Amino acid sequence: MTRTALIFLGAFAAVAMSFTALSLLPSLQLSTIEPTPGTNEYTYDEQLGRQVYIREGCMYCHSQQVRPDGFGADQARGWGDRGSRPGDYVYDDPHQLGTMRTGPDLHDIGNRQPSRDWQLAHLYQPRSVSPGSVMPAYPYLFEVKRKANVRPSEVTVPISSKYAPPGDSVVVATQEALALYDYLMTLKLEPLDSDQNG
Amino acid sequence: MSDPTPSSLSVSTTDPGSAPPAWRRVVDRSTRGPVAAFIASATAWLLIGSLLALIASFKFQFPDWWTEQAWLTFGRVRPAHLNTMIYGWISMAGVGIGTWLWARLLKTPLRGQGLLWTSIGLWNVGMVVGTIGILAGYSRAIEWLEMPYVAFAFIVPALLLVVASFLLTLRERNAQHLYISVWYLGAAILWGPFLIIAILLPIFSGVPQGTANWWYAHNILGLWITPPGLAAAYYFIPKVIGRPVYSYHLSYLGFWTLALFYNWAGVHHLVGGPAPQWVVTVSIAFSAMMMVPVIVVAVNHHMTVVGHFEKLKYSPTLRFVVFGAMSYTAVSLQGSLQSFRYWQEVTHFTHYTIAHSHLGVYAFATMIAFGSIYYIMPRVMDWEWGSPRLISLHFWTTGLGVGAYFTALTIGGVIQGFQLLDPDVAFLKIVEDTQPWLIVRSVSGTLMTVGHIVFAYLLARIILKSGARPDGPTYFHPVPEGTFQVAGGDGTSRAPATPETD
Repeated sequence: MTRTALIFLGAFAAVAMSFTALSLLPSLQLSTIEPTPGTNEYTYDEQLGRQVYIREGCMYCHSQQVRPDGFGADQARGWGDRGSRPGDYVYDDPHQLGTMRTGPDLHDIGNRQPSRDWQLAHLYQPRSVSPGSVMPAYPYLFEVKRKANVRPSEVTVPISSKYAPPGDSVVVATQEALALYDYLMTLKLEPLDSDQNG
Repeated sequence: MSDPTPSSLSVSTTDPGSAPPAWRRVVDRSTRGPVAAFIASATAWLLIGSLLALIASFKFQFPDWWTEQAWLTFGRVRPAHLNTMIYGWISMAGVGIGTWLWARLLKTPLRGQGLLWTSIGLWNVGMVVGTIGILAGYSRAIEWLEMPYVAFAFIVPALLLVVASFLLTLRERNAQHLYISVWYLGAAILWGPFLIIAILLPIFSGVPQGTANWWYAHNILGLWITPPGLAAAYYFIPKVIGRPVYSYHLSYLGFWTLALFYNWAGVHHLVGGPAPQWVVTVSIAFSAMMMVPVIVVAVNHHMTVVGHFEKLKYSPTLRFVVFGAMSYTAVSLQGSLQSFRYWQEVTHFTHYTIAHSHLGVYAFATMIAFGSIYYIMPRVMDWEWGSPRLISLHFWTTGLGVGAYFTALTIGGVIQGFQLLDPDVAFLKIVEDTQPWLIVRSVSGTLMTVGHIVFAYLLARIILKSGARPDGPTYFHPVPEGTFQVAGGDGTSRAPATPETD
C-alpha cells in the first residue's frame, strides 16, 4: 500500500468509527425502548398536522425537549413537569428536537395551553393573543369568509377586534390548521410509570 | 517523502526574482473552465443565500411582512438560506478552489474536465430543486438536511464525479511530495460524500436521529468545509509572503489530530437533551481535544506570517486569508469552550449559537474563499481584477459586517441565555430584549450583502474579461519595491518575461 493511500484511508477510517459510535450505537441502544405513557402512534390528522409543523419550519424557533431536573429552568417556567425522555420520541421521524428557543419549548404545549380557540387565533395572528410576539402569522392556514357562507361543520376562530377581519367576515380554520392543532395536542409530557423513574 | 529542503517544495519559491515556470501556466489553464464555473455558480448561490438571509432577518423587525405568501414564511426562508449557503456557496467555492490547488500542488494538468462539467450541471440542478423544494413546503426539517431527497439525487452523483476527477489527477501527479494542502483536500473529498450518504440512509428515527443529525451537521462543517479552508490557508499564506510554511511536522500533527478528534464532537449540540449521556460526554471530551489541532495550526500559521504583517496592507489575498485563519482559531477555541455543560446550559437555544456558526462558516471559511478566489481567478482567466477600490470595499463591508454580526448576536445571545435561566423573567420580556441585537443583525447582514454584490460584479468582469485589460497585479496600495520578492506572488498573472526554470 502506498503512503498516499494510507493517508486517505486512515482519514476515512477515523470518520467511519465516529459514525458507528455516535449514529449507529445510539440507534442500537434505543431500538428496544418503550414509549412513555401517552406516547402513541400518530393518527392520520395528527400526522398531517405534524407535516404542517415540519413544512412551516416551526422547529427553527421552538424546541421539543424539556431539560432535566437541575439543568436550566424549563420546569420552573412551567414548560413541563419532567425532563423529556427518549421514549417520548419513538414515533418521531423526522425528529423535531430543535436547537433554538426564539419561542418557548413546545414538548408539553398540550398540557400548558389546550384551548383550541387560543391556539388557532395564535396561528392566525400571534399578536392578537400574545402582544409583542415576533412569531410569523399564518393567514394561509385560514380562510376569511362571510359569516353567512360558513358551513355548520366548519370551525370559526374568534379573533380580537384589532385583528379581526372587517364587516361581517369571520376567520375559518382550514383542515391543515385543525390538524396542526391536533398534532400540538399530542405534545404532552405525562408522568412516568414508577419503573421508568430511575 | 522527507524532503530536507522545504524551500524547494512546490508551495513557495524563495529564490528572489524567479519567474513562474511554464508548467504552472499549463496547469492553471487546464483548470480554467471547471474552476471558473464552480466559482461563478458558488457566487450565484451566495447572492441568493444573502437575499434569503435578509428576508429571514428582517422578518424579526416586521413579523407581519409577507405573511400571505407561504413560501416566504420564516420557517422556510431560514433553512433555504442555510442550504444555499452550505451546499451552494461554500461547497461549490471549496470544490472550485480545491480543484485548482489540487492540480497546482500535484504539478499536473487537471484530468476529468468532462466529469467536472457534468458535476457542475448536476449540482446546480440539485440546488435549484432543493431550494425551491424547501420554499414550496417539501423541507425535511432536519437541520442541515432540509433539501428533499430528490435534490441529493443530483448532488451526491455530482460529488462522486468530483472524487473521480481528483483521483484521475492524483494518478498522473508529477509531485513527489504531497504538501499538507493535498492531504486536507484529499481527505475532505472522501469525507464529504461519505457523510452525506451515511446520513441519508433511512435507518434513523426519534432521539438517535438527533445524534446522527448532529454527528453529520458538525462534520459537514469540520470535515467538508474546514479542510479546503485550511488547505487554502496553508497554500496562500506562504505563497504570498514568499517563505515556506514554518513547520512541516506541525502541519502533519494538525492534520491527524483534526482527522481523529473533530468527527466525534458534534453531539455536544444535544447537551441537556434526551440523548444518552455517554454520547454527549464523548462529544464534549473530543470538543475539548480539538484545542490541539487548532492551536497547532494557529502556531504554524502565525510563525509563518510573523515579521511580514505589513504585507496585509497590500495583498487582497493575504488580507482575506489571514482574517479567515485568525477567525478559524477564534471559532474553534470558542467551540471547545462552549461545549462544556455549564456554558451550554446558558447559551444553547440562543442566538449565541447563530453567532458562533457565522464565525465559522463566514468569518473563517467564506473569507478564506474570497481571498483564494482573488488569487486564483487572474491565473485561471489570464486577466486582472483591476479595481483595488472595489476589492477594498468588499473587504471592509464583509469584515466589518461579520464582526458586527458576531458581536451583536454573541452579546444578545448570552443575555437571552441568562434570562431563559431565570424563571421570573417573562418570556415575552426576553423576546423584547433580544430585538435590538436582531436589528444589528439585519443591518450587518445588509452590509455583507453589499460586499457580496461588489464581489459578484468583480467576478463577472474578470470572467467576461470586460473593459480594457487592467494593468498589472491588483494591490490595495502601491507596493514598495521588493515587498513581494517572488514573481507571480500575489495578483500577477502575466506570462513571465524571464526564461523559465523549474
